[in-house]
Amino acid sequence: MATSQRIEKVFDALGDPTRRAVFRRVRKGNRSVREIAEGMDVSRPAVSQHLKVLKSAGLVVVQIEGSRRLYGIDRNGIEALKQWLDGFWDTSLTAFKRAAELEQDNTEDRHD
Amino acid sequence: MIEQNVGDPNSIKKTTIVEADQEIAWRVFTEKMGSWWPLAYYKIGPANAVDAVIEPHVGGRWFERGEDSSTCQWGSVLAWEPPSRIVLSWDINADWKYDPELNTEIEVRFVPDGSKRTRVELEHRRLDRYGARRDEMRRIYDTEGDWGKLLEAFAGVAAAWKEA
Repeated sequence: MATSQRIEKVFDALGDPTRRAVFRRVRKGNRSVREIAEGMDVSRPAVSQHLKVLKSAGLVVVQIEGSRRLYGIDRNGIEALKQWLDGFWDTSLTAFKRAAELEQDNTEDRHD
Repeated sequence: MIEQNVGDPNSIKKTTIVEADQEIAWRVFTEKMGSWWPLAYYKIGPANAVDAVIEPHVGGRWFERGEDSSTCQWGSVLAWEPPSRIVLSWDINADWKYDPELNTEIEVRFVPDGSKRTRVELEHRRLDRYGARRDEMRRIYDTEGDWGKLLEAFAGVAAAWKEA
C-alpha cells in the first residue's frame, strides 16, 4: 500500500515550521503565491518551493484560474491522513459498524 | 466505540458493538465487505480497487478487485463458521505485497448481545511473522500514537481545517 509512504511524506512536509505556516495560510482558501507570501518573513520563491513540497505530499492542490495559480487544501489527502492516524483496524471496524447498522435499518424498513 | 486490549505484542484486539443482528453483522462483514472496507486507502494493487471479496468457504481467497477487473489477493479463509466466526489469513507483507507464506491471522467473532445488537471482536495475531518489522506494522494496524511533535502539529492543522 502506498499509504504508509505517502504518510511519511506528509510528516516530512509538515515537519518544517515555515511549511506549516504556509499550509495554515493555504487553508484559508484558494490563494496565489503572492497572497500566501504576504506578511511572511520568507521570499516568494521560497513559498513556491514549500507549496511544491506540500503538493507532492498530497496536502495542497493547485487550481488554474486564467493566468493565476491558486493553492488550496487537498481534502482527499487530509482524509487519507486522518484514516491513517486512526489506525488500520479502527478505521475499518468503524466503517464496518456503520455499514452493518445501515443494513439493519434497511432490513427493518423492508419489514414495515 | 472501538475498544482495545493491550498486552501481547504479537496480537491486536479490537471490539466494537454493532446495533444490528448477528446474522446481519456477519453478512455485511463477509458478503458486503466492498461496501465498507476503506478501499481508497487500504488496498495493495496498482488499479483503483472497487470491491473486497471473501470466497465463502474454507480455503477461499480474500482479495480486492480493481476497476480494470484485475484481482489482488490479500489472504485466504482459514475458518468459515457463519454467522459467528471467521478466521482469515492476512498475507500482506511489510512492503504491502501479497506473500502467501506470511500467514498473519485475523479472527472475527460475532457475539449476539441482546436484541439487534452484536459484539464484534477482532483479533489480528501472529504479528511476529513480520519479524524485525513487527513494531512498525503493529503501529499501522493499531492506532498510531508516537509521532510526538509532528502529530501535535498535524492535530492543530486538522482542527483548524475542520473549522474552516
